[in-house]
Amino acid sequence: MGHILLRHRDEGLENLHQLDVYRANGGYDALKKVLDEYSKDEVITIIRDSNLRGRGGAGFPAGLKWGFIPKVDGDKYVVINTDESETGTFKDRELVERNPHQVIEGALIAAYAIGAKQIYNYFRGEFMSAAFNFEEALQECYAAGLIGENIMGSDFSCDFSCHYGAGAYICGEETALLNSLQGDLGQPWSKPPFPAVEGLYSKPTVVNNTETLANVPPIIMNGADWYKSMGTERSAGIKIVCLSGHINKPGNYEVEMGTSYRDILFDEKYGGGIPNGKKFKALLPSGGSGPVIVDDALDAPMTYEGLTEHGSVMGSASLIVMDETVDMVWAAMKMIHFFRHESCGKCTPCREGVFWMKIVIDRIYNGIGTEKDIKTLESVANQIQGNTLCALGEFAINPALATIRHFPEEYRAKIK
Amino acid sequence: MSDLVTLTIDGTELSVPKGTRVADAAKSVGIDIPVFCHHPKLEPVGACRMCLVEIGMPMRDRATGEPMLNEDGSPKINFGRGLQTSCTAVVGEGMVVHTDTEAVTDVRGTLLEFQLVNHPLDCPICDKGGECPLQNLVMDHGKMESRVYFEDKRRSDKHVSLGDLIFLDRERCIQCARCIRFQDEVADDRVLQFHNRGVNLEIVTMSDPGFDSYWSGNTTDICPVGALTTADFRFGARPWEMTPSASICSQCAVGCNMTVNTRREARSGGKPVIKRILPRQNEAVNELWLCDKGRFTHDYVASPERLTSPMMRKDGELVAVSWDEALNAAAEGLQAASSVAGLAGQRLSNEDYFMLQKLFRKGLKSGNLDVNNRQIGGGDVVAQVGIAAGSDLQQLGKGDAILVVASDLHEEAPLWWLRVKQAADRGAALVVINGRSTRLSSHATHNLQADSGDIVATVRQLVSMAKVETDGTGALDAAAETLITANNLVAFYGYEGLSYEETESLAKALANLLLIQMDGEPHVGRMNNGLIPVWPYANTQGAWDMGIHPALLPSYKAAKMTGMDAVAMFAGAADGSLDALYVVGADPIGDGWMADRGKLGLLIVQELFMTKTAVTADIIFPAQSWAERDGTFTNGERRVQRYYPAIRPAGDSRPDWQILSQLGERVGAGKAETVTSLVFRSLTKAARQYKGMDYRSLGQVEAQWPVVGGDDRYYGGNAFANTAGLGKQWAAVAESKAVKQFEMDDAVSSREDGLLLINAASLYTAGTLIDKSAVLAPRMAKITLTINPVDATAYEDGDTLMVRTDRVTVQATAVVSDDVMVGTAVLRGVKAMNGTAVARLSKIKE
Amino acid sequence: MIAEKYAKEIEGIIARYPSKKSAVLPLMHLAQREYGYTSESAMKEVASILDLDPTQVLSLAGFYTMFYEEPVGKYVLEICNDLACALRGADEFVDMACKKLDITPEETTDDGLFTIKTVMCLGACDRAPMLQCNMSFEENLNEEKFDALLGRLRAEATAGTPSFSVAEKMASYAVKDGA
Ligand SMILES: Cc1cc2nc3c(=O)[nH]c(=O)nc-3n(C[C@H](O)[C@H](O)[C@H](O)COP(=O)(O)O)c2cc1C
Ligand code: SF4
Ligand code: FES
Repeated sequence: MGHILLRHRDEGLENLHQLDVYRANGGYDALKKVLDEYSKDEVITIIRDSNLRGRGGAGFPAGLKWGFIPKVDGDKYVVINTDESETGTFKDRELVERNPHQVIEGALIAAYAIGAKQIYNYFRGEFMSAAFNFEEALQECYAAGLIGENIMGSDFSCDFSCHYGAGAYICGEETALLNSLQGDLGQPWSKPPFPAVEGLYSKPTVVNNTETLANVPPIIMNGADWYKSMGTERSAGIKIVCLSGHINKPGNYEVEMGTSYRDILFDEKYGGGIPNGKKFKALLPSGGSGPVIVDDALDAPMTYEGLTEHGSVMGSASLIVMDETVDMVWAAMKMIHFFRHESCGKCTPCREGVFWMKIVIDRIYNGIGTEKDIKTLESVANQIQGNTLCALGEFAINPALATIRHFPEEYRAKIK
Repeated sequence: MSDLVTLTIDGTELSVPKGTRVADAAKSVGIDIPVFCHHPKLEPVGACRMCLVEIGMPMRDRATGEPMLNEDGSPKINFGRGLQTSCTAVVGEGMVVHTDTEAVTDVRGTLLEFQLVNHPLDCPICDKGGECPLQNLVMDHGKMESRVYFEDKRRSDKHVSLGDLIFLDRERCIQCARCIRFQDEVADDRVLQFHNRGVNLEIVTMSDPGFDSYWSGNTTDICPVGALTTADFRFGARPWEMTPSASICSQCAVGCNMTVNTRREARSGGKPVIKRILPRQNEAVNELWLCDKGRFTHDYVASPERLTSPMMRKDGELVAVSWDEALNAAAEGLQAASSVAGLAGQRLSNEDYFMLQKLFRKGLKSGNLDVNNRQIGGGDVVAQVGIAAGSDLQQLGKGDAILVVASDLHEEAPLWWLRVKQAADRGAALVVINGRSTRLSSHATHNLQADSGDIVATVRQLVSMAKVETDGTGALDAAAETLITANNLVAFYGYEGLSYEETESLAKALANLLLIQMDGEPHVGRMNNGLIPVWPYANTQGAWDMGIHPALLPSYKAAKMTGMDAVAMFAGAADGSLDALYVVGADPIGDGWMADRGKLGLLIVQELFMTKTAVTADIIFPAQSWAERDGTFTNGERRVQRYYPAIRPAGDSRPDWQILSQLGERVGAGKAETVTSLVFRSLTKAARQYKGMDYRSLGQVEAQWPVVGGDDRYYGGNAFANTAGLGKQWAAVAESKAVKQFEMDDAVSSREDGLLLINAASLYTAGTLIDKSAVLAPRMAKITLTINPVDATAYEDGDTLMVRTDRVTVQATAVVSDDVMVGTAVLRGVKAMNGTAVARLSKIKE
Repeated sequence: MIAEKYAKEIEGIIARYPSKKSAVLPLMHLAQREYGYTSESAMKEVASILDLDPTQVLSLAGFYTMFYEEPVGKYVLEICNDLACALRGADEFVDMACKKLDITPEETTDDGLFTIKTVMCLGACDRAPMLQCNMSFEENLNEEKFDALLGRLRAEATAGTPSFSVAEKMASYAVKDGA
């Protein structure tokens, strides 16, 4: 079977980013079908029934989110989240670069479903050159009447523009993203209000991850049941997995939900094992933000719930693999550095707490820490937990807590 | 009432308006939830997390929607996961809040520890020490031992000048963004922002000049730590060393309530000196705010140039004499004079005005009384249809309308600008009519620019459109429709570009607008409706009320004979037809109204400073400044407000009313008064509108929201809670009986050919008092002349021009901009004068 | 002045949004491309085009890492040494690059050509070590490829051929959008 999302990898579809190639292979049929056959509510029902959940990390059911948009007239927006700044994540980049029309089509269907007349794709600023194909695709669509006034001759009209950030991980958080898009400081706001009620320019807004939307056209074409037939009951369908670090075949893979982490790392179809005959040591299953797991968790299925009992999460499924040579205190320090660098500073526990964690882990890593410092690191992380304005602070504590939990001896070996 | 929501906080049941935030609701029943970033006047952001509490909502059965009950019949409450920020959480019916559980207490300790990670711990030398919520909270909840290695703390600049007025200590800043949000949401001067991110977040400004806002001082009141301080107070004193005295600002017609903080100092020989001025809460007047002019223009009080002793001219020289000698000589001189006249400034107290008119009318039998510079007419119209007693601009919003004509509120009466802008933000329709665009224009629903010469005609046209139901589509028609159909309508009028006569017509025209009945009700006589004059000075209203007018006695009774007005006095001095002139708190020579003392036989001046007029006087009486005495001012909304002495008098100076009354005694105007409150009592007998007021009732207060105070954990800022009086608005005639439409004269436009010069107000324009303020000196308005590009063919931006009119000759920097209409030129930074003049320009060669 | 030079592009960018302020990041990208960094005058220019106070622009310049508030070299080599890249030798790559150019991170070579910065994850972890230069990615790097890159950039600088500008190309899309 060919790919569902990474279709450009299938034979003969290398130029899928071009409109003619995309259309020749069924492109925009889903949009046509929606415009011809379905009411807005029917589209939302299909997506809800398909059990498609958000691929940006939080896993919120997409159909439910669309359903929250008030069914009243007025400005509404669809915003695509292509901020993709989590360490180890590079799946959305491949989609917008190689299969942009599928994202555009998915977003147009979302816009139709909620009654939006404007779509923005928010790219992280560093993706500007990766976005050329996407920009070209938009131009082609405008020319072909797929975007703009009376799309495909229907009475649905919708504009579509790209917007570029300028280097800030926090702008992946949906409210920070919307602030950034408004030209305000890219800091998140305290919810409620949720974007579905008061989002971009204070209007109802759906924010979806790029990959989430890319799933929409095939679901429309093949039906909710088809999508649900893949994966598990609560985690339906397929997921792009990003493999990086100590792995033989780094890159993106389209994987059916429920596949075990062990298969993803070691199966020749996917990661193909650890290079240089080294032994597996630890896996970050969700970039820098998810708690690290060790060998005993590898047989867990990759689903939204699969790692719960191992104290971790699937998140965006960006798998950073570490072999036996990796110093886990060093790895934790790198990740804490990342979060310290990316904390927006708005809320006190994240701003001050993560800064503090960084000073303490630096002391430990540099050999001037004490037993007390390990305790401080742990307790500061615990003090941040549950008290921050957005999830960044919650992410930031994982590197410390999970590495202390799994590798206490490595910390102890470093102290005075 | 369905607009109230009932909830329980720590076992106390309370009902509060829908939409109230939990932290505010708690405070209203005395439960003090600590806050840093939340301020009751700003949108909540939930950033500092200090206010985390347990919040639960009653559970409902999914299927039936019925509330779920515990076994004992009490509702089941779902507290969800974790704590919630009570500053952002909105109250809900049946909500249960716990602010005193172990989880809440713990998290407070946690957050304070975070707050102190990078804090410099310099309380002993911090200006906020003693009134700092962070310090107070650490005392309550803090862990007393620091786990942070001191050398690991982030170091930063401690003396950052954000401009001339405000300093920032970056190490003390806790990134609550109150200052930024105040500037964005309240002041609309977005000149403060965060720079960088995370732990490096810091406050910056890039405006030119730095922190360019008339509101900057307020940020230092609401900053919850010692990060922001004012240039005048910085390192000046510790909060607990100071004595607060309630006062009223004497700088404009708004009448902001303020508190003067004083401390005894060696440099003043152990006498109290003014250390700083802070807002005093009066929600109906200035809420919790002050403009920087009001806050910083106090240096003059302590100026070494103050007059300290009576003086008389002997052998051509002014020499110090005793009070008795000076008073006796003045009494003799005035009685001997063939004709006398009295001229007063517009910053005196009601008591002063009353005694002045008594001295003249009763003692000297003269009705020659006027204020120095009569710029706005219509005080008599205001007495009929002025904004009704009990009004509060804060209550205007959706469905209401405000009209502002011929005034630049931002420059002339900043607090009104703020409150009008906020009403517009809340949805009130705003109609602005002026000869050029002002700061208010951008907030206007209808911005009608009219040539200055046509403003009165435009308003009259608007009124006639409002009277009939037209189906016209013009901008004026639409504005008329908006105004007349509003629930509440308030009209402000000023004098920019208008002659005195034109302002009189304007007042009447606006009165007629307000008198038009919609559904049988005119827009007068009821709360939040009526006319507000943008008087040029703090107590112009009082001067009207007390009969400092050639034709009006106190309480607007017509005088039997009309006396000389100011213009006649100036002419009389020049040609010798006036013999003696008595000047109180005014400088007609310095202001250019009189070239010199002319042929006056006697010139008496009652003043704070040796003004240009005083130098030429025969007798000078040193007066006390407003900070040294008590009295009352009446603001443009006719609110009579009491101020109190803060410091000891300079030298031998006396309050103006006392000097006038002692002089009065000598010329047969009755026994001299000894106490201010008794002067007020007698003035209420003459000025009918003040009936029923006395110093005690003016000093009364009621509970106000939000609750503010110094050592509050729920920190509303440094502004002082008002314990000294909210004042009282006197009722306009329309509140008790119907007022008829005003007759209007045929419009006369006095336009001459040539470039019309409009003198536009600037907040910081040079003047006797403001000139003494050291901190405001760098901010004083530059003199500029703005001309439309069409008229500026011979001039360029930045050229130095010589501007000549009948009265003034000044050098101004040219600004070429289409903000002004063709044919007009706007002169800024020159002391206000009314009307338009024809300007003759010439370029000065470099 | 970008207001004149890119008048059409700027108009196109502003037209994309219901609020002018939204155009601030795109215009800052454009200004940085024009002046090499977000200089004070560049920020004031952007502010005046969008009716903002310059402080608002300054604030964003400080918040986002892609804006340089100080002058930088003609080519800024932004090397990712975040965890995933570091596992594949990014830290060693940074050391090598620095030694080769005889500078430390954040410094600029004496000839003003190169600045090295280390940055957080750029979304190319599977092709580490990698760097971003003038908004284009250079991936799967090693010393040899790095030398080639330096050679190419030096040659380009000597020849004076204008380097390909991503920001300009992006701005041009705004015109074509016809929004
Ligand atoms: C700090 C932080 C960073 C995030 N970064 C991203 C991101 O880069 N891309 C993304 O799609 N979602 C990101 N998210 C999640 C978004 O807030 C949001 O949940 C998501 O875009 C919703 O789309 P989905 O439901 O389709 O997943 C981030 C969240 C947080 C708290
Ligand atoms: S300066 Fe004061 S008000 Fe402004 S952010 Fe810092 S602590 Fe808050
Ligand atoms: S960790 Fe370097 S690109 Fe991701």
